[in-house]
Amino acid sequence: MAITELDARVRDDGGSAVIELRGDIDGRAEESLDAAYTQVEHSDDVRLDFSGVSYMNSTGIALIVGLLARARKNGHTLSASGLSHHYREIFEITRLADFMTIVDEEETA
Amino acid sequence: MSTIAQTMKRAIRRGGEPAASIAVEPVADGLLPDKVVAPAVEIAQNDPLVAFLQSAAGAVEVDRLDLDSPAVTALREAGVALVVPLVSQGELIGALNLGPRLSDQQYSTDDRKLLDSLASQAAPALQVAELVRKQAAEAASRERIEQELKVATLIQQNFLPRVLPDLPGWQVAAYYQPAREVGGDFYDFFPLEDGRVAVVIGDVTDKGVPAAMVMAAARSLLRASGSRIVSPGEVLERVNDLLCPDIPERMFVTCLYAVLNPITGHLQYANAGHNLPFWRTAEGAVELRAKGMPLGLLPGMTYEEKEATLGPGDALFLYSDGITEAHDVHREMYDTHRLAEQITGSDGEMIDDVLTSLARFTGGTREQEDDITIVTLRRTARGQSGGVRELRESFSIASRPGNEREAMNRVVELIAPLGLVGERLEGLKTAVAEATMNAIEHGNEGREEIAVEIAVIAAAGVLTVAIVDEGRGGPVGTAEVPDLEAKLDGLQKPRGWGLFLIENMVDELRVSDEDGRHTVELVLNLDGGDDGDH
Repeated sequence: MAITELDARVRDDGGSAVIELRGDIDGRAEESLDAAYTQVEHSDDVRLDFSGVSYMNSTGIALIVGLLARARKNGHTLSASGLSHHYREIFEITRLADFMTIVDEEETA
Repeated sequence: MSTIAQTMKRAIRRGGEPAASIAVEPVADGLLPDKVVAPAVEIAQNDPLVAFLQSAAGAVEVDRLDLDSPAVTALREAGVALVVPLVSQGELIGALNLGPRLSDQQYSTDDRKLLDSLASQAAPALQVAELVRKQAAEAASRERIEQELKVATLIQQNFLPRVLPDLPGWQVAAYYQPAREVGGDFYDFFPLEDGRVAVVIGDVTDKGVPAAMVMAAARSLLRASGSRIVSPGEVLERVNDLLCPDIPERMFVTCLYAVLNPITGHLQYANAGHNLPFWRTAEGAVELRAKGMPLGLLPGMTYEEKEATLGPGDALFLYSDGITEAHDVHREMYDTHRLAEQITGSDGEMIDDVLTSLARFTGGTREQEDDITIVTLRRTARGQSGGVRELRESFSIASRPGNEREAMNRVVELIAPLGLVGERLEGLKTAVAEATMNAIEHGNEGREEIAVEIAVIAAAGVLTVAIVDEGRGGPVGTAEVPDLEAKLDGLQKPRGWGLFLIENMVDELRVSDEDGRHTVELVLNLDGGDDGDH
């Protein structure tokens, strides 16, 4: 349960860009999240892979909202995968799930 | 002068029946005081002499008094010639009585002047002395009463169980709130050899130390008899016979004694004149009746013994008359029908619901009339393994951004014995982290030297995590539903999810501000929601 800064790596997944997130999505994740997103801003499709995320707080959610706003401005779709049951529920409560596709995967509760 | 002072002292016996007592005192020299000091003459409060002396201009010659007064007759019989009233601030403090002059002459004008001047100085001094004495006596009596209350409270508290029994498959809760003038309520649990558990609730008539002593004795006798005798009726019979010879007159003990088999839910009980307990089932609440006289009134009593079987979800509600006999502002009693309604209607914590309803009924602010005691035993719906049900821990963390993770992990460690899993645990973790983050950043303004205090309390099937900061950011309102559209369109800041999230993660969110301390309480019902959903 060590506190880990977010590591965000970009890879290409057959036409759509994937940002692999590892670590915590909180206030300190802003820089790496921003940098990773800037790399994929030209893509039509961006998927955020949360399978390496063990902790996300409301500041982190605000960062995702920020990304979503940018995606909407750029006219591309943003999806999320690898969300644990709990964070998937949070995405639903906050209605983020209404604005980004949640890709079903093995739940990593 | 000393003999005069003594005489005066005797003359001012107040507060009792007589308004003043009067003694004869010679002014002549050369005589032994013990031979001439006559016994004090007591004057009744309503004697006309009292009013007369109060308004007299100075010394009064008894022979010239023309009053229909038993006191004057008594004075004449005692040989008093002159009465010098001692008046201070219009109040008759006492009087100096003098016999005839030894020279057989009348008292001269000079004599009377001397006596009047003596009286005018002595009266206020006596009044002050009397006041001081009275105040000291009152203070001593107040202190004695306070001391007695303390002793009674101490006895009472020492004989109440410190921990509730851990009964697998049962939620046990108890509430005890003594009135200021401690009554004789008590409750007890003790295990029996065969694995069953004895449950006792009782009330000793009277208050204070005597009630506390009898309560202690009754409790010990119940424990001793209960561990030897199996039948609840016979236990009460035995305790009654033991108590009768020793209990002070006009005191007695009401008591419900029950034996529960926690595995089967089978309950045997007998009642010595105590309030009938309620058995709550899905259909409603019924009173469990069993006849019997209170303990300590008459020896040789027998006690009816009854039984019931509590199924899963059923509960037993035991209480003292401090609840049903509490009054509202119109002097109406709370009564059993209101209690039955509350117990029937309660879908969560019966104790909380009853206390809330009672406070609303009495108006809440008035002093509690009598001790209030409640014991509840609820058989949980699912046969639970008997994990730890009680927790009381606290810690603090420095207000450094990121420390909310530490707070979250500490809480997870502390509540591990409660066996919380799945979405309930994950939700609580998020709520703790969010609330702590608010406390660090908002309440304590990120100042590392200020601690965020966190308390974890589990009791009566409810887990509460309290997060306390200094409330520097001002009071926080209730959670609003953030408008995601507005945030996405840049009309609202992307942030502002904290409280909204917390509210969705726990069963109840309580926020309070008091004395510069901002407290957020996260509440989870431990036996409530199922895992995996809300």
